[in-house]
Amino acid sequence: MSKWHFVTDGFVKNNPTFVLVLGMCPTLATTTSAMNGLEMGLATMFVLILSNIVISLIAPMVPDKVRIPVYITVIATFVTVLQLLMQAFTPSVYETLGLFIPLIVVNCIVLGRAEGFANKHGVGESALDGLGVGLGFTASLTVIGIVREILGSGSLFGWKFIAGDGILAFVMAPGAFLVLGFLMVLFNKYLAKK
Amino acid sequence: MAAESTLKNMALCLTAVCLICSAVVGVAYAVTKEPIDAAAQAKTTASIAAVLPEFSGVPEQGSVGMDGVEYKYYKVDDGLYAIISSTSGFGGALTLMVGIDDKGVVHNTTVLSHSETPGLGAKCTTDEHFISQFRGFDPAVKSLTVKKDGGDLDAITASTITSRAYALAVSNAVAVYHKLTDGGQGNE
Repeated sequence: MSKWHFVTDGFVKNNPTFVLVLGMCPTLATTTSAMNGLEMGLATMFVLILSNIVISLIAPMVPDKVRIPVYITVIATFVTVLQLLMQAFTPSVYETLGLFIPLIVVNCIVLGRAEGFANKHGVGESALDGLGVGLGFTASLTVIGIVREILGSGSLFGWKFIAGDGILAFVMAPGAFLVLGFLMVLFNKYLAKK
Repeated sequence: MAAESTLKNMALCLTAVCLICSAVVGVAYAVTKEPIDAAAQAKTTASIAAVLPEFSGVPEQGSVGMDGVEYKYYKVDDGLYAIISSTSGFGGALTLMVGIDDKGVVHNTTVLSHSETPGLGAKCTTDEHFISQFRGFDPAVKSLTVKKDGGDLDAITASTITSRAYALAVSNAVAVYHKLTDGGQGNE
């Protein structure tokens, strides 16, 4: 049996943003532009893949009653490592995303995949699942970011093609909710048709 | 298949996981410490270079209190000062680096950090017309407040509060500069 479906499941059927509706805090807060969404998605994917791999490896040795603290410790370790690496090598990205990097620790997607998938599956499958869900999250955040950036700033990935201001509300919080809502409707309509 | 949840197992497992994780974080910290310091240093140097005319030598760091607030500054040879000045804008602290030359004229300003509204107050980092007003601004001749308050500065459209905060931060920096230079420290 092909293992490819572990990746595509995370991307479409279990899309973390539009289907599972998990990890809304970074989704709403960091998608002010396409680039920010993409960077946040990739940072989460990094943590997701590594924590899935490690947790699938240690799951058989972890007593049931302490599994959540163990998983959170593992996840927090990877997030801290990521945070240090970003501060060191991409300080400008770290500055934009700032607070939302440490918040990956409590992102429901990461713990959700650890608890719901990685502790019941092998290393390879868990890594693929992390990749799939991570890509799904990244793609969703990037799409929301693209829509908000076009409407709110008249630009795309920082390339400005409409002079002037755009609809400012889309750069701020209300726009995040509106865009998320409409994209969720479109996505689920497409899924229902299939 | 999971190990049994006895007290001994749980304590052992948590201890082991915590030890390993601490070791990983410790290694990561040691490896990244130098690049992080270098990045912070590069940022400071870049913002000092951005607000002052070309200078030679290493900026000398210091701090001075004024009205109960501590201001950090960098002094370069020839009486050039880069002063870090913070005021509260519309969304939180607005922190600027203000470069002042030996004649007390503002050379340039740059925003170090802010939390202004995107698209409105946040334009204080990009609005060329607003920022350029501070280049070569001589506080002895002109008034460092926005036109609405009777000064000589054009505010950013729809962001008067941010503009006021920006002007106040610059004017505080000028006051710090005078305190530094008139206070006998820079009277050469």
